[in-house]
Amino acid sequence: MTLSYEDVVARYEPVFGLETHVELGTASKMFCGCSTEFGAAPNTHTCPTCLGLPGALPVVNEVAIESTIKIGLALNCSIAPWCRFARKNYFYPDMPKNFQTSQYDEPLCFDGYLDVEVEGKSYRVGIERVHMEEDTGKNTHVGGATGRIHGADYSLVDFNRAGIPLIEIVTKPVPGAGALAPEVARAYVTELRDILRTLGVSDVRMEQGSLRCDVNTSLNKPGEEMGTRTETKNVNSLRSVERAVRSEMLRQASLLDAGERIFQETRHFSEATGDTRPGRSKEEATDYRYFPEPDLVPVAPDPEWVEKIRAGLPELPAARRARLIESLGVSADDMEQLSNAGVVDLVGATVEAGAPVTEARNWWLGYLAQQANSREVEPTDLGISAAQVARLIALVADGTLSVALARQAVDGVLDSGHDVDAVIAERGLQRVSDTGALEQAADDAIAANPDVADKVRAGKLPAVGALVGAVMKATRGQADAGAVKDILLRKLGAAE
Amino acid sequence: MGDLISLTAAETAEKVASGEVSAVEVAQAHLDRIGAVDGKLKAFLHVDTEGALEAAKAVDAHRAAGDQLGPLAGVPLAMKDVVVTKGLPTTSGSKILQGWIPPYDATISKRVKDAGIVMLGKTNMDEFAMGSSTENSAYGPTANPWDLSRIPGGSSGGSSAAVAGFEAPLSIGTDTGGSIRQPAAVTGIVGHKPTYGAVSRYGLIAFSSSLDQAGPFGRTVLDTALLHEVIAGHDPCDSTSIPQPVAPVVAAARDGARGDLAGVRVGVVRELQGEGYQAGVLAAFEAAVAKLRELGAQIVEVSCPHFEYALPAYYLIAPSECSSNLARFDSVRYGMRVGDDGVNSLEDVMSLTREAGFGPEVKRRIIIGTYALSSGYYDAYYGQAQKVRTLIVRDFTAAFEQADVLVSPTSPFVAFGLGERVADPMAMYINDLCTLPASLAGTPAISVPCGLSEGLPVGLQIMAPALADDRCYRVAAAFEAATDRLVPPAEVLA
Amino acid sequence: MAVSDEELDTFAGQLDVILSAVARVAEVAAADIPPTSHAVAMTNVFRPDEVRPSLPREDVLACAPAVEDFKFRVPRILAEEA
Repeated sequence: MTLSYEDVVARYEPVFGLETHVELGTASKMFCGCSTEFGAAPNTHTCPTCLGLPGALPVVNEVAIESTIKIGLALNCSIAPWCRFARKNYFYPDMPKNFQTSQYDEPLCFDGYLDVEVEGKSYRVGIERVHMEEDTGKNTHVGGATGRIHGADYSLVDFNRAGIPLIEIVTKPVPGAGALAPEVARAYVTELRDILRTLGVSDVRMEQGSLRCDVNTSLNKPGEEMGTRTETKNVNSLRSVERAVRSEMLRQASLLDAGERIFQETRHFSEATGDTRPGRSKEEATDYRYFPEPDLVPVAPDPEWVEKIRAGLPELPAARRARLIESLGVSADDMEQLSNAGVVDLVGATVEAGAPVTEARNWWLGYLAQQANSREVEPTDLGISAAQVARLIALVADGTLSVALARQAVDGVLDSGHDVDAVIAERGLQRVSDTGALEQAADDAIAANPDVADKVRAGKLPAVGALVGAVMKATRGQADAGAVKDILLRKLGAAE
Repeated sequence: MGDLISLTAAETAEKVASGEVSAVEVAQAHLDRIGAVDGKLKAFLHVDTEGALEAAKAVDAHRAAGDQLGPLAGVPLAMKDVVVTKGLPTTSGSKILQGWIPPYDATISKRVKDAGIVMLGKTNMDEFAMGSSTENSAYGPTANPWDLSRIPGGSSGGSSAAVAGFEAPLSIGTDTGGSIRQPAAVTGIVGHKPTYGAVSRYGLIAFSSSLDQAGPFGRTVLDTALLHEVIAGHDPCDSTSIPQPVAPVVAAARDGARGDLAGVRVGVVRELQGEGYQAGVLAAFEAAVAKLRELGAQIVEVSCPHFEYALPAYYLIAPSECSSNLARFDSVRYGMRVGDDGVNSLEDVMSLTREAGFGPEVKRRIIIGTYALSSGYYDAYYGQAQKVRTLIVRDFTAAFEQADVLVSPTSPFVAFGLGERVADPMAMYINDLCTLPASLAGTPAISVPCGLSEGLPVGLQIMAPALADDRCYRVAAAFEAATDRLVPPAEVLA
Repeated sequence: MAVSDEELDTFAGQLDVILSAVARVAEVAAADIPPTSHAVAMTNVFRPDEVRPSLPREDVLACAPAVEDFKFRVPRILAEEA
């Protein structure tokens, strides 16, 4: 019998935790001057340091430190007065030195929290630490069926990504979310992403791997201690975070129900199936032989510098939302919806550009969200600015465009990169307001569809839709559908 | 021409600058000498005849054009093979790097070239600088110009032998636990380990990052100081490079050469003499101390009780760091690859490569270091060794309250026979007894010849507080001025 | 790292001797002593976030044991990413 999610949360309390890796948006790498630009030809952004050539040495990127402190402050962390980098030693071909320069027991930022809201309730996610490290290169597996590591004949390594500054944000275990644990986990990553964007420290493109999550999940019976956790890797979208927690809860519950034990293990999330599969089983934890990185000196941020950074932080998403709820007059529920869709700022900016709140909200949650979804980009990366959207809304309001035409204009902007007015001019998206032309088109439609016309005459009013469609088609969508419908109904003697 | 090889670097530079000889003539004389004696000495792993003559030609052209020449322009130099040189083979004495042609220059390589110094080639060394005899080189041992059956010291034995054997007036070595000072001592030349951070490590193939320091060899204190000033100075590519002006070592060497040490307090370290030291070495050392007193120095005895723990601490820290530093030799991006037959996995190939590419001493140290860093042992080994380091620093601090410089023999022994200690790692390790404290404390120390024992050179080590490298040079120059220069018997390389 | 059986025999005794010699560090009472990792204490050595030229790719790949499609070619990897 398949276990239902309701059964699981009725009998078990989930605890989750997240380790989030974020690539910082610095111009150069963590320890060398190579560019961090995404998508360059293989091995063109490499130098002695990030290739781990014999003799090369690291020097810390100051902006990476500053960005990490910004993140720490935004997450209500303490900033270490003195900390060091450490070497995490393990062999892997995408790691040039066969150790990762990271931080171990002395993270730059520690002991913070982030509050997130789900279904009107606030949850506090404790932040254990925020520390700095460097990214690895990228392996491509050749041969075998799937491009996966197993069954491959050999692999190819590109070190462009090696040494890009990486921040790891580790939460404390989060209990108490109950059935909403998956949503709270997702809300945390969403909020974190918005904070990172607001801080301007990362472009946070999950699809390019600049934000990656490992999700820890455990279950325990009420009143009992926290259960054994599993770590799910490869969770690389907001939706996947939610799915990964949920699927691990279901999997663990069915094992526990059967009287089995949960083993502490690493599992991999499959975007395709939405569930987790076991990774390499580790009989014992890898010993990384951490020791302080002797090629670097300690980082001891001057308290004055930290306070200067704190004073310069932008308005964070939570504060901005509170302000927008106030100034836009939207409800808290609405705000949560906007927030989940990642369009709070876009709506705010659209309103600032002169659009009414309702219209701005509807566009960004409606057609624009659909476009972002189908193009697989975040709304902010869609390629249409808030000002352009405000312009469209204005053109609809003054009758220049129908809603359908406005949508075509959006398509045009997204495809061409030109602005709204240029697209309207290029594509001739003027609304047909010439009544004579519309009357003619309506007559033609009636003549061409006598059966439909009869149905409408007989009182089946919804059938008129087919005729409206024909007129719209004839006018290439440039007519106002409402006006066309009125004309048709009048001509058929069936006016509402 | 024969005379050109016996000139000091300072004299050579002067003659080149004045046009008395050309840099090309000087380079050619040294290349000829290398051609004549290196078959016996085996100091060089790679001789760059073409590059050397080209560099010399450039110096001559600059002179002809009336350009201001640097203080060592046109002087030949031998570079330890641990230093990365763009376009020139660099192996660090290891098979695993055989054939590697670096695409970049170490900071010191660049500085040497920019100074118009003529690099003759790359010198032999213990593999990855691990050793005290140069016998751990994958390319065979180097001989001592005083006695070809004996070691030239190590790990910079190729660089010491080249200078002592008149193949070059100057060379570069690196010193992690004594690898400049001990070779200088046993070949009768001058070698200085600068304050940690005084000379950039960018482009030195790392052995133990917190200890490695490059430094100069010369046949005179002044030559050594002149080279020191070329290679030292802040480098933004090395995070541990000290952002301060270079200590005025050339001025100190010139000042010291006047032979007056009045008012200088010289501390004799009680723990760096006695049992375990050869009688001839101790006799030479005592005579040296007497000479310093004659020169006006005030001799005091100081005690550094934690120096006896320098050896265990060093042999934990250095292997630990090397186990991590040498992890990069994995057959992926450069160097040797063994066993890539289309069947073996990457893991197999990495193992086979490292098994075939590293020599026994390197493997021993990787094993010890891996163990000392492992999670159950870190505190007892690496962690504890770093604390011992603090105690050694404190011993130095206390001693430098009583004395301006500290002295000891550089090595407990004179050059021993090739093959004598290879099978016994501990017997090899105690060569570093006197040099390790300054390595662990990061303080500067120089070795200057102080006579012979059994016909072989003995070195006097002069240690100074961090950043006070000039004190080493001043005292060494005064001592040098009051003693005879050591020259190996001509018949050895005849 | 692989070590041959022959080497292992030689090493076993030597490593014992070395380890018991280095274990002497434990004799020092150092509970309250802070560790020293660098002789001259420095902090906050940073570089500005500026892009500097990378190496020419042909130089990067010239040293490699095997190259394909401008990438470093390695034998099949057994272990999953750590």
